[in-house]
Amino acid sequence: MGPLIVYENITQNTNLFFAFLIGIGFGFVLEASGFSSSRKLAGQFYGYDTTVIKVFFTAAITAGIGLLIFGLFGWIDLDLIYINPYYKWSTIVGGMIMGAGFILGGFCPGTSFTGVAIGKIDAMIFVGGLLLGILIFTEGYPIFEGLYMAAYKGTPRVSSMMGISDGLFLLGLVIVAFGMFYVAEWAEKKFPLKEGSK
Amino acid sequence: MSEQSIPEFRKTSYFNPYVGGVLLGLVLLAAFYISGRGLGASGAVKSAVVAGVETIAPSHAENTKFYSDYADAHPNGPLKSWLVFEMLGVLIGGFISGAIHGRLKLQVEHSPKITSRKRLIFALAGGILFGIGSQLGRGCTSGSALSGMAVLSMGGFISMIFIFGTAYALAYFVRKLWI
Repeated sequence: MGPLIVYENITQNTNLFFAFLIGIGFGFVLEASGFSSSRKLAGQFYGYDTTVIKVFFTAAITAGIGLLIFGLFGWIDLDLIYINPYYKWSTIVGGMIMGAGFILGGFCPGTSFTGVAIGKIDAMIFVGGLLLGILIFTEGYPIFEGLYMAAYKGTPRVSSMMGISDGLFLLGLVIVAFGMFYVAEWAEKKFPLKEGSK
Repeated sequence: MSEQSIPEFRKTSYFNPYVGGVLLGLVLLAAFYISGRGLGASGAVKSAVVAGVETIAPSHAENTKFYSDYADAHPNGPLKSWLVFEMLGVLIGGFISGAIHGRLKLQVEHSPKITSRKRLIFALAGGILFGIGSQLGRGCTSGSALSGMAVLSMGGFISMIFIFGTAYALAYFVRKLWI
């Protein structure tokens, strides 16, 4: 039964080895899907290439449904998986700062590493920026601390907050995702990248 | 449209995005099944920053609450962490895919309407912002938004909405960087 780290008593070093293997799969899929290209990533914000939305939402519903099924069959103890804590204001403000970083820099942290892996100099500079930005946070922590720790809400899950089952919520999420895929396919035809046309 | 005007990312072949999405979802599911946690990226960079500060300025790290708290929470050192090993794997997995698909090339990728220098300045600025934001938000697009959404967490959905929402809201104003 999963998580294996808890129920099968795999050692810490074995767990780190699995982390390495999972990372290889993660990096391979990101690169193979085109996430090593900032111009492809930025395309989602202008409609000319909506790969990110399709990959991101397909991955989220695949993993979500997978966890639901694993839980129903008793293959994984869902009480033992990590749920990120929700601090309302730092999540909102942090998300906004990340969004600004995304549209200016063209990468997010995970994708920038796949850019580095295939020789993108702009990705290497982005990673340099990440190091600097995180250093600004760790050095300036007393300044950020108030916002960082404010409005702690525990580890709420949207389905329980709405008072519905995980399965029903996931069904809704799948429907929303398919609606977004439809809009994404439409946008790619509507807003092609007009390059060399001038 | 001449051959040269086709952007490089259009000339190479990528996975079908829905196939890529299912595969990424399965990798994420494997992380939950084996290690009881989701994927991440910014946490590994934070480990590198903390390790760097501890090495370069050990007395500063010992006397600063943030670093001493971090050291107490990570008794095996900042680098012996799940995310650090995962991100080393990401570099290798990305390299393997790039090699198989013929995409290994040292280059600055940018729109033909801007210079390499401008692209690099904005890449640096974007990285700095993403670095700060990922710390405030306790995770980035992978760790907070994607992994959080898979476990239906409120934090995951709020992260996703504000990361993508802000980028869409600002896209018009910086369109000359990309289109």
